[in-house]
Order: sequence, then C-alpha cells, then structure tokens
Amino acid sequence: MKLKTSRRTFLKTSAAGMAVLAIGLNSKGVWASSPQGGTLNPFVKITSEGKVIAVIKHFEMGQGTTTGLASLIAEELNMSLDQIEYEFAPADIEKYKNLGFGAQLTGGSSSMRNSYLQYRNAGAAAREVLIQAASQQWKIPVSKITLANGLVTAQGKKAKVSELVVSALTIEVPKQPALKDSKQFSIIGKSNIRRRDSEVKTNGTAQYSIDVHLDNQIIAVIKRAPQFGGLVQSFDAGKASLVKGFIKAELLPNKKGVVVFAKNTWSALQARNAVNIQWDVSKAERRSSVDLKKELLDAVNTKAEHQVSKNSLITTNQSLQKAKQVVEATFYLPKLAHAPMEPLNCTIEPTRGGGVRLHDGCQGVTSAHHTLAAILKLPLDKVEIKTLFSGGSFGRRVSPENDYHQEAAMAFALTDRSRPVQLIWSREDDIKGDYYRPAFAHKARVGLDASGKIIGWDHRIAGQSIFKGTPFEKHLVHDGVDHASVEGVSDSLYNIPNLYVGLTDAKPATRVLWWRAVGHTHTAYVMESMMDMAAKAAGKDPVAFRLEHLSNGKDQQRLAGVIKLAASKAGWNKKAAANHAKGFACHKSFQTYVAHVVEVEKKSNGSFQLTKITSAVDCGLAVNPDMIKAQIEGGSLYGIGHVMRNEITLNKGSVVQSNFPNYKPLRISDVGTFETHIVSSKENPTGVGEPGVPPAGPAFANAIAALDKRATELPMEAVGFKFSS
Amino acid sequence: MKYKIKINGTVRTAEAEPGTPLLWVIRDELKLTGTKFGCGVAACGACTVHINGSARRSCITPIETIKDAEVTTIEGVNSKVAKVVQQTWNELNVVQCGYCQSGQILSAVSLLSKNNKPTSQEIDRAMQGNVCRCATYTRIKQAIVKAAKILKA
Repeated sequence: MKLKTSRRTFLKTSAAGMAVLAIGLNSKGVWASSPQGGTLNPFVKITSEGKVIAVIKHFEMGQGTTTGLASLIAEELNMSLDQIEYEFAPADIEKYKNLGFGAQLTGGSSSMRNSYLQYRNAGAAAREVLIQAASQQWKIPVSKITLANGLVTAQGKKAKVSELVVSALTIEVPKQPALKDSKQFSIIGKSNIRRRDSEVKTNGTAQYSIDVHLDNQIIAVIKRAPQFGGLVQSFDAGKASLVKGFIKAELLPNKKGVVVFAKNTWSALQARNAVNIQWDVSKAERRSSVDLKKELLDAVNTKAEHQVSKNSLITTNQSLQKAKQVVEATFYLPKLAHAPMEPLNCTIEPTRGGGVRLHDGCQGVTSAHHTLAAILKLPLDKVEIKTLFSGGSFGRRVSPENDYHQEAAMAFALTDRSRPVQLIWSREDDIKGDYYRPAFAHKARVGLDASGKIIGWDHRIAGQSIFKGTPFEKHLVHDGVDHASVEGVSDSLYNIPNLYVGLTDAKPATRVLWWRAVGHTHTAYVMESMMDMAAKAAGKDPVAFRLEHLSNGKDQQRLAGVIKLAASKAGWNKKAAANHAKGFACHKSFQTYVAHVVEVEKKSNGSFQLTKITSAVDCGLAVNPDMIKAQIEGGSLYGIGHVMRNEITLNKGSVVQSNFPNYKPLRISDVGTFETHIVSSKENPTGVGEPGVPPAGPAFANAIAALDKRATELPMEAVGFKFSS
Repeated sequence: MKYKIKINGTVRTAEAEPGTPLLWVIRDELKLTGTKFGCGVAACGACTVHINGSARRSCITPIETIKDAEVTTIEGVNSKVAKVVQQTWNELNVVQCGYCQSGQILSAVSLLSKNNKPTSQEIDRAMQGNVCRCATYTRIKQAIVKAAKILKA
C-alpha cells in the first residue's frame, strides 16, 4: 500500500467540501482515484454523502445500458442494484471511448461486449481501496475485512463506504484488482433483476432531451426541402410573423432549409406552416421508387460490379450445372425508416465563458462534440455534452453527418447565442427526413445434389452503400465492397461449397444509414427464406436441413445450439393446430446467435395473425437475463412489424409517407405470446439489441409460406398479404 | 389568452392561444414533461392523459375545449388502480426506451378503472392506439393481466 497524496493535499483540492472517490484507468493504464475524477477515467464515484454512482459511457435508448453497466459495478461492490445510482458520462473520448470503435459511440450491439471487464475492474478496484482504507484505519488485515451492502465490516467494527471515501482517496488503487468469483454473483446472471430505469419511466419523471426546459429557452423548427437535394432559392416569412410567439425565420447557411424560431413549440410549428419557400430543385432527386426498384432488379440480373466471394462465378456456374435441382428466387426489400418514438431533438445552451452545453439523447458523443465545435468555432473543451435518456433510436440518433446536431448548431449560430435553443423535429420531419435503411434486391440460385445437399450458391446483391463516402469507409469498405451490403451472406455460417457473392452498388437515392441490425436486416431475410425453399425442394425438414449444413466449428456449433434449443422448446416436431403453421429461421449477427420459431394462424377471412414466438439466444454469459429476453422480444417484433407493413417510397424524389397513419407501426393486437430461452454459456458476453431482428422477419415469412405463398417482395401488405389488425 | 386548468388536483393558469393543443400547454407552459409528443395526429398515444378519468389524446385536444374538466397526467395519476399498474409495469420490466410508457400506463389505468376483468380482445381494443416502437407489447399485456388479478384480490 502506498500513500499517493497526503490527506491534507486532497482536502485542499476537493471542491465544495464534497469528497468524491472516482475510480478508473488513467492514461498510463493504472487504476487510480482522485477527487472529482480529475484527469482520470471515473466509472465509479462514491460521494462522502454516501451515494455510489456508476458512470455509464453508453447512452440509454431502451436497450438497458444503465441497468447492465450499473450491474457490473454493483456486483463487484457487493451492493444491490437499487443501492447504486447512475449518471451518463460526459464527452471525453480518452476516458469513455467504446473500446471497439475508438470513439464515444453506442452501436453495433457492443455496449456490454466492450464494457464487461472494464466496469467489473472498476467496481473491483473501488472495493479493494475501500477495504484497504478500513484496514489502515482499523489496523486490521485486509483479509479479515468484508464489504457488502454499502458497509465495510471487520471484528465488530463497521463503517459506511461514504465514511471511508476520504481515506480511500489516499490509497493507490490496485493495477489488477481481483474480480469476484462467478459462484459469488448475486446480480450477474440473475433473472429477478429489475431495470434500474423502470421507476422513472413509469412515473413520468425520466428526463429525455425533448423534456429540457431551460430559462429563456426558445424553440427552433426547420422547413426542409420536399425533395432530397433541394435548396432554398428564396423565402417569405411575412405570414409567419403573424403567429403569436414567432421570433424570426432565417436561411440555414447550407441552404437546405429555413429555420423558424419561436417562444414555444406550438408557435414554432404554426409559424413554420406559414413560411413560404421557393425551392431550387435543379439538383434534387427526381426518381420514384418504381424506377429505383427497377434499377436494383436489373442489377441483380446482370454481371455484378464487385466479386465479393473468393470463389468466381465460373466455378459456381459449373457446380450449378451439376446440380440435381436449382432453387431460384429474386427478392426486393424496400427502404425503411427508423421512427423512434421520441422525434429527434436536442438543445444547445450557452455556458459561461462563451462555450455551449448540448443536451441530447446522445448516441455518438464524439461526433456530436466535433460537429458542434466545428460549426460554432469553439475549442472542444468549450463544448460540453449532457446525455439524457433517448426515446428510442434504432440507429437514427447517430449518423456520419450528425444532421440534427449540425442543424441545431447552425440554428444556435443564427441567434445572438444568449439563449438556449431547442431544435425539435415533428413526426413528419422524421419520416420524410430520415436516413433510411437502403432498399436492396437479391437474386439467389441454390444448387442441390441428389442427396439434398447444397453444392453451389450464386447470390447477387444490389443496393445503396451505407458506408461509402463516409469517414467509416476506410474501415468498412474493402476492394470496393461495403461489408454492410453483404454481411450475413458472404460470411454465412452454413457450409456452402461454391458460394459466389456479387455486389452492385446502386446509384445513391436519399440518405441511408444503419438501421437496427444493419445489413443483416435484408441478408438474413433472403438467406433464411432460401434455406427454407431449398429444404422444401430437398424434401427435408427445415431445421434438420439447417443442421446438416453446419460443420463442427465452434461458431457453427453455437448456431446449431440455438437452432436445437428453439426447436425443442417450441415443439417443432409437433404438428401445428389447424390453420396454424410454424416457421423457422436463425442468424448470427454482432457475435450473438439467435433462432426463432414463429407460429402464425391463417384466419377464415384469409388474414394472418402472429400467435407465438419461441426464441433461443446465445450471447455468451447472460449478464441480465430478463433484459436479454426483453431485447429479443422487442427486436424480433420490430423486425416482423416492418416485414408486414413498412416501406418508404419516393414519388419524383419526395417521400410519400409522412406519419404513423401511413408508416404503420406494429400494434398490440399484432402480437401473440413470446418465450425466450438463453443458452447457458461462459463465453464473453455479447450484445442483444440488434441480433433478435434479422431472423424474425424470415421466420414469420417461412410460417406464412407454409400456410400460403412465399413473400419475396416486401412489405407483405404491399403485395396482397392481409393481417388481422 | 389565459386559461385556468384543473390538472392533477390543482388549478393552474396557462397562457396560450386558442387552438393550442392541450399537449403543448401541459409540456411547454406547465412544464409537466411526462406527457410526450409522438406524432401530433392522435396516431400513437404518447400524449395520452385522462380527461375526467378517460384516456384522451392531448395532441389533438384544443385547450379551449377543456373548460371545467379534470385533467390528469402521469405525474398526477394516483388512484389504487394506477399504483397497481405502475407496480406490475416495474415488476415485469415492461419499459425499454420508456418514451411511450406514460401513455401506455394511462390507457391501461383507464381500461382497468372501468373493467377489472378485461379479456385479451378488450386489452387489445383499449391499448390499440398506443404505439411502442420498442414493441414491449407482450409485457404490456402481461402487466395489465397481472394488475387485474391484484385488483380483484
């Protein structure tokens, strides 16, 4: 044990008389503590008032990071979860970066995967210094001291952790704290854990960024071009000035719209309606969805632009010529909007000294930080970020362009910077101004031999690249191939000899973005539909057929594990009730394996009703099993809802859909019962926010194909399928 | 114009233009932010409040139509039914992003206050207007069924 600093020095430096023990890994890779965190990386704060706070580096969009990361700290500190508070980390890339991305960013179902050991270490380090502080004070060896439920005890002596904070701050924290034995876990892996953010979200006190009401705050809304790429030629705000509460209307410097300022939201929305804009649409998108669809379908029927597979089309064609039968299908999957419940918004508040504070459900902290600093011409240390709850995201709240942060910063710069400005999007802005899941066409030809084994597979894909032309291009685009366009096909776990994958990039139309599960959202639909069609052609059971095409590799066997678990729990081999059918699909994404059995009923009026989903998931060690189940439930239904009903279409460059009446969300009567089973595993934990999505749509479609027709074009409602509600 | 509104058991005064939806008076003027903006066209239910005990969409309810009616928001709902509903919501880990849940809870409380033994179809009918993009519907249904059981006991 070494004394790092004298108690006297510490007390002098401790602000406002409140000591805070903050534990984290400093820049030299050493665990260390300091008052208020200082230049360290605090994941655990203990105030002298007795609060234990877990600092959460990933924003909360519903996926459960506040509960998940706080669980790791509470576990190592031997506390119950309700004894621990949490707060979101400030902007600080060095301290709070996602270890997988190198930036403060939530995405790719990576929060638990990259934080698991980091947060457990932070909690364990806090435990050790508190025990050492007690040891020093009581002159009792560390081995005889225990810490549990916020109390340090030994030989009849007792202290609250808050009483030990000041002495603990003088102790150099261990470089390699001892982690708890998993047999001692009381939170990790337990099913009875309640979400840490449940109470505030059921009593109306949870603060989302749209709830920010600062003194003197004004509202900004933007009137944007009806077609992508349209620019303001001129505008007239004369009628807007008649709206009570209207402040002013200004041209955005990028000419993409006119920003309307008002004293409150309703006035801002009314005034915006009254602004008249002449648009320059000479460079705007003019195509319609029918044209764009034809471009994609033509592309999968001609030579692909990029050969993605090692295997060439020549060898695949040779294998298909030898096949006993070839199963062929062409698919079209439309553009989709994210449509999180909370419309996009953020608030920029001026701070003393000419800086700003962003209040936002901030998914991409680093990129928002740089965006604001660049537009407002401020050094990074003058831009603070306060992260609040986010009312969903599904990927929308971070984009390479940081569009809504850009807009908010431009709007703020159009004021005298003396008042907080809250930018709000309406639902129409959201549906019409999204960065969409790109539309994709696929064409697959699968060759089967006489025994029903796959011997060749020709798979063409066409769609708009998500990553080309963005800062992510250098990491995710190789030899012209955007991995997000082909993931789930080119790296399929099935044993497919002579797999040819060809990709053609579509000419950009609208802005595109990752959408919950990214490329897997279209590739899994096609792969798992084709596997079903191939199984049928081979005269085999779809589950058995999948298992026959998985080798003994560890990765393949983890997928086989969820296949078997879902099939057995769902009673796959039992015949479905009259007019019911079960559909199967499985997929690995974001290092997590999921299989679904989806049961559907065909009603006498010809409509379909989802009745039951049985899922199996292997996400390594299950940290919070009930939260894992909730993500699989929500993700699966998100996937199925879009397969049923949703598409974004363009009419001469304008988005046709505008709000929930015509971008129809899944509703309560659409769902049936749900069971999720988790594979028991000691592998490192992986994420669950996205992996439930990809196999759900095809499992649903496979059930419907067993009752009726196969949907190769989505959404199903657009091609004649009817649903009960 | 100044409006007097009976809200959450007290009378509050708010400045608003006629035609302003109750939603924006509640959020922007009274600073009760538990009631949410989701669509503005009564298609998602995030803005649900109780008007004289029944679930209503505040985003399409003009302020001048409220008059003497009692408005209750998530912050003020405190009946026995409401407490049980909040309890079962917490016990079953219903919430995810949570943004729609004030509206979901107020619709569920409205249903269970009138019908303490709802069938699955009755639950669907009462909750059909409340969208949850996280799709927590399975748990919402379970929480309503559980609350009904507790209330009957």
